[in-house]
Formats: sequence, C-alpha cells, structure tokens
Amino acid sequence: MTEMNMIQSLNSALDNLLESDPNVLIFGQDVGYFGGVFRVTDGLQEKHGSKRVFDAPLAEGGIAAIAFGMGLNGLRPVMEIQFADYIFPAYDQIVNEMAKLRHRSGGEFSTPVTIRTPAGGGIKGGHHHSQSPESQFTHTPGIKVVYCSNPYNAKGLLISAIECNDPVVFFEPKRCYRGPFYGDPHNVPTWKGHEYSDVPEEHYTIPIGEAHLTMEGDKCTVIAWGAMVHVAEQGIKDSGISCDLLDLQSLVPWDRDAVVNSVKKTGRCVIVHEAPKTSGFGAEMSASVQERCFYHLESPIERVTGWDTPFPHSTEWDYMPSPQRIAEAIKRTQED
Amino acid sequence: MEGDEQGGGLDGFTIPDSPSRPGEESNFEPWTYTPEDLSQPDPITCSSEDTTKHAEGLIRVLDDEGVASGSWDPNLSADELRLGLEHMCRLRIFDDRMMKMQRTGKLSFYMRSLGEEAIAISQTMALQDHDWLFPTYRQPGCQFVRGRSMVSMINHCIGNVKDNVKGRQMPVHYTYKEGYYISVSSPVGTQFSQAVGVAMASAYKGEDQATITWIGDGASAEGDYHYAVNFASVFKPPIILCVVNNQWAISTHKNFASGGENFATRALPYDIPSLRVDGNDFLALYSVTKWARKRASAGMGATHIEILTYRTGAHSSSDDASRYRPADEHEHWPGGDPIERLKNHLILIEEWSEEKHSKLEQKLDEEVVAAYKEAVTHGDLANGPWPPASTIFTEVYEEVPWHIQEQREELGK
Repeated sequence: MTEMNMIQSLNSALDNLLESDPNVLIFGQDVGYFGGVFRVTDGLQEKHGSKRVFDAPLAEGGIAAIAFGMGLNGLRPVMEIQFADYIFPAYDQIVNEMAKLRHRSGGEFSTPVTIRTPAGGGIKGGHHHSQSPESQFTHTPGIKVVYCSNPYNAKGLLISAIECNDPVVFFEPKRCYRGPFYGDPHNVPTWKGHEYSDVPEEHYTIPIGEAHLTMEGDKCTVIAWGAMVHVAEQGIKDSGISCDLLDLQSLVPWDRDAVVNSVKKTGRCVIVHEAPKTSGFGAEMSASVQERCFYHLESPIERVTGWDTPFPHSTEWDYMPSPQRIAEAIKRTQED
Repeated sequence: MEGDEQGGGLDGFTIPDSPSRPGEESNFEPWTYTPEDLSQPDPITCSSEDTTKHAEGLIRVLDDEGVASGSWDPNLSADELRLGLEHMCRLRIFDDRMMKMQRTGKLSFYMRSLGEEAIAISQTMALQDHDWLFPTYRQPGCQFVRGRSMVSMINHCIGNVKDNVKGRQMPVHYTYKEGYYISVSSPVGTQFSQAVGVAMASAYKGEDQATITWIGDGASAEGDYHYAVNFASVFKPPIILCVVNNQWAISTHKNFASGGENFATRALPYDIPSLRVDGNDFLALYSVTKWARKRASAGMGATHIEILTYRTGAHSSSDDASRYRPADEHEHWPGGDPIERLKNHLILIEEWSEEKHSKLEQKLDEEVVAAYKEAVTHGDLANGPWPPASTIFTEVYEEVPWHIQEQREELGK
C-alpha cells in the first residue's frame, strides 16, 4: 500500500495498464508531454512513449471519433475530455455511435472506449468548468457510467472501466483530486491519512455496478456519488442521525441490492447530487426506490441537489449541496 | 443608412440556390477535361502542392466515346473490366428489384446507388481484401466485391429471422465484418472521423492495412468531415478520405455545403494531397484509389479525393426528386452513366457486346429474383418470422445488466 491522492491513484491505474496491455493508448488535450491540466497523466508519456500517450487536437468530437475507430480495430483507447463541460461536441459520437455499435451491428463490432473526464464544482470554475452531466449519459443505453469519489475506488474503478468491453464514461470529481471535500471551502484537507488513500501500487479492480457502504447506520439511507459522498458524510455527522451512506460509484448499472436492502432496513432515503434537480439521476433513484421499497418507506424520499440554474462562479457554495441542507433533509425524513 | 440603401437586412447575406429547379432547363457547364490533362505524380514523393492541378481539374481515363488513355489508365485486364461491369450491373439490378419491393410494401425503406455504382465497385476492387471500408449508405456495392451473398443482404433489408443485425437497423444499414465493412449508421458523416481512428490503429499495430471512407457533399458540412481531415493531417495514418460530390443531399444542393465549386481543394491547406476524379469513370476511380493505396502502404499518410458524380435517383424511397430538381437533370450530367461508359469501352476494345450485355442482365435479374425468393423463406418484414423480441435486450452491453433483464422479463418474451 502507498498513500496516494486521487491524481496519483488514477495515474497509477493508467500506468499499470500501459505496462500490461500494449493495446491501451491514452490521448486527449494536454495529456501528453505536459501530463494533463490536473496532472493525471503526468510522466506517462516519458515512461511509455509518445505512441502510447499523446496530445490530441482541440476537437472533442474528433477525439471521440478516433477512439471509436481504434476500439473497433482492436485497441483499448482511454480518451480524456479535459472538463466534462466540454464533452458535448463528442456527444453524437458517444450517444449515437459508441453506445449503439454493438447492438446495431448484431454483436459483430464493439468498441471498448473509456472516456475519462473531470466533473463537478468547487474549484471556482463557473458555468463551464463545474458541471456534472452524468444524467446526460445515464439516459443512453449502451454506455456504462462510473463516478469515483476517493483514491482507492478511483484506481479500482478506472481499471475496471478500461478492461470493460463496453464504452464507459468515467467521471472524476475534480474537487476531490487532492483531498476529500466536506462542504467547507475554508477547510479543505488533503488525502493524507484518509482511510481510502491507502492504494495498492499493483493492479486491482472494483467491479462496475457495486456501491460501497461508506457509513453504516439504521435511521436513513443517504445515496451519493462523486464529491457529494464526502459532503453527505459531513451532513450525516451534523444531523446526529444514524445513517447508511451509500457511495453509488456506478450509475449504470447501479447497485440495486445495496440500495434496496438499505432502504428496506432504514425506511428513509435521501439522495444527494450536485447536478441540477430536474431529470437528474436522483430522479431515477427516487423513482426506483419508490417502486421497490414503497411499503417500507416511512417518509417521502428527499433529494438534495444543485439548483436548476447554470452553475455560478462567485456563489458556488450556495449552489452546491451543503452539509447543512443534507442534514436538514435527513432530519425531515425522521419526522412523523 | 448606407446599408439600407443597399438593401440591408436579408439582402446583406447570400442564400445560395441550385442552378435549376423543377420546370427549368437543366444547367450543367459542359466538361472540357480530357484524359491527357493531368499526369500521374509519384504517389510516394508527392506533396499536397504537387496535386494542386489534380484537385482543381478532373482526372479522367475514359473519354466521352469510351476510349481509355492518359497516365491514369490502370491498364486492367479485360477480365477485371468485365468483373467490374458485372458487379455494377448486379448492384443496379439488385437496387431496382429492392425498390420495387419497397413500393409494394415488402421493405420499410430503400436507398439506391443509381448512377454512382462505379464508386463502391471500382474503389473496393482497387483495394486489398483486408482494407477497412467505412461507407455511407450509398456504397453497399462494396459488399458484392467482398463476396457477401445477396441473400444475406436481403435478409437484412427485410429484417427477417436471418438478418445478421437482428432487425435492429433500417434497410441498407448493412454490417459485414467478414468483409471489413463497418456497420452503417444514419447520422451522416460520423464514419468519416471514426475511420481515421481505425487507420491509426492499423498503423499502431504495424499492419499494411488501409482504411477508405466516404462522405457525401452534404455531410461534408458536418464537423466530422473537418475533424477527420485535420486529424488525418496531424497523425498521418493510412487513410483514403473520399467526398462523393453527387450534387444533392436529399433536396439540399451542394451549394449549401460549400461556398465554392470544388471540394477537392479543401484538403490542400491541410497539407493532404488531394485529387478530383470523374466518379462515373470506372478506370479513373480505380487508378486514383490504387494511387492513394500506394501512399498508405508507403507510410505517406492520407489522401483526399473528391469524386464528382450525380445522384441519378432520389435520396431514398421517401422523397420524390422531381419536387426539387428537374426530373430529367441526370440526363444532362456531363459525366454520363458509369455502366454505359464502361460497357462502351469494353465493346470498343472488342471484349464485350450488346448481346453479351443483355445476357448478363438477364442472368443477374434471375440471380436477384432467386435470392429474394430464398430470403423470404426466412421470413419478411410484414409477416415474420422476425428475430425474437428478446433481441431488443441483448448486445446493448456485452452482458445483460439487471435493469435490462428486468425489462425483458416485463415484456415477457
């Protein structure tokens, strides 16, 4: 085990796979010589050569298209979209092409592309360096959607994503690259000493489709992903109420058994995400929990989310779900 | 206020139009290009600048009388020429029959290659058997060259139980992996940039395998075209990028896809050698494709080709072309008809005759009828049997995830 932050653990995952599989190639904007704007690919070009790790033109649609073609022709491309906000020029290639290739070709073709992309707010990134567009991908059959939250699951999930034979959109909560975020912008710790910063240097996987029980309790089930896992942890502590905290990790497919069993146990449910509320993945979770756990529910399902507005710059802490809002929601679920 | 005097408002920009509309005379400039105009540059050493004249002019081998000449003559054997002619006729007769079947409700939709048969046939014949093909829906003819059975193609078009894509795609959206023929998808242009990635993968693996891709004049306005050309310019993979300028994208004239007249010269500022070829000239198409293939094998990167042709038929079974262009426009196309031109050439060199041609057409007609009859023994679109409904749920992912499995059980089939 080595203590790593999330940048280092993601880098370690990529390094392991570049080492073990000659078909793995990494490309995207600034990922080559420079090592990525967040340093996730730092040193990989130097170590593995510029044929394995290289910069791409500033054209997300083109990057996705060549990834599609490489994957179809036997390679295992890992492409980076520098910010999830910039994924939309590639949307057609992801949603209409990658997602449908296996199905539309009767299984004759497939393309195992991994799309890594930093997402979410908390770095004063304004409208276009802060969005969390996971629900724009969970609505598309044919792609898997993964959202890591800490150094340990980042590496294990990324290796699973790259080794998966289906296309995967892999969201990285950029606010948590260098430390967990508990909702207090004035007190941002590093990963040092955190239980999930102990990361094996060697290859390991966390299966896509499994949630992780981050905290265990019996009065309410809190479901979160990405940076919101840590904010929810703080919110639970602030509420003083005993809760299960499920880090969903995979959104498509999501962990039905973990969610259903927990809600049946607690009878209450709060869903937290930083993306806007309307048509957010929380709506899917809420509907599914209602369908599967209705007779176990003791109170209405709560959603704590970003607002249905563009993401702000100066006032981002009023936009993102706070521990206080989460604690209040948990308390509301306890009312008769 | 000066602007107002000049008209201002909408008069301030240009709305292009087609040269002629229904009820008007067809209006094509006569061609003055001859097979002697352009010599063949060395494919290995030539720069993009060396192809300026080839991009601005038009490469032809067959003249209007059917005589082959010039440095681009590929000197094919009579057998090869007859095979090309046979495949083109096969495609036209196949299309004709399928269109009739569409009109009688046997197919939901159809698209013909009418007038553009030489492109898929000649270019595929000029390539190696393991080269990747990234076509639009207007190059299904590649599959005949690569040996796909007509029955298998019809099975797809009528979505029966033997459709290799299991009734999931509209007719003509073929998938034929054995022939290195990508699964066609409806969003136009997406294949063009994907093909660059395919070619990059071949180069990465060190294989002598080229990729050819086609895009229409209309779809060349999509970002995918420009991504492809730029990525090909930057990474120099073994790719042949073809713009099929057939004048029309459904009812949208090519003047809406480009402010200029020429699609070939677009690639020159990207530093990619570019050729413009008579798309109804089987021999010229063969030759430019061989030339581009040599560049691919030599590691010289991409070649860009504008294929000048005319879409003789409507876009698809869903539109009536006489509503937006003169019904007889195709008769005035300076490039004539690709099948007639190769046929005339073969007759001129005394390797073919009208009688043999009639016999060939009759043989192919019987072949198509027999294939259709065999295909419908596996079901048809109206009455089935279709692929089982469970195929809705399979191959969305490598394995069926729980939520899709639940939905399959809900359907109960």
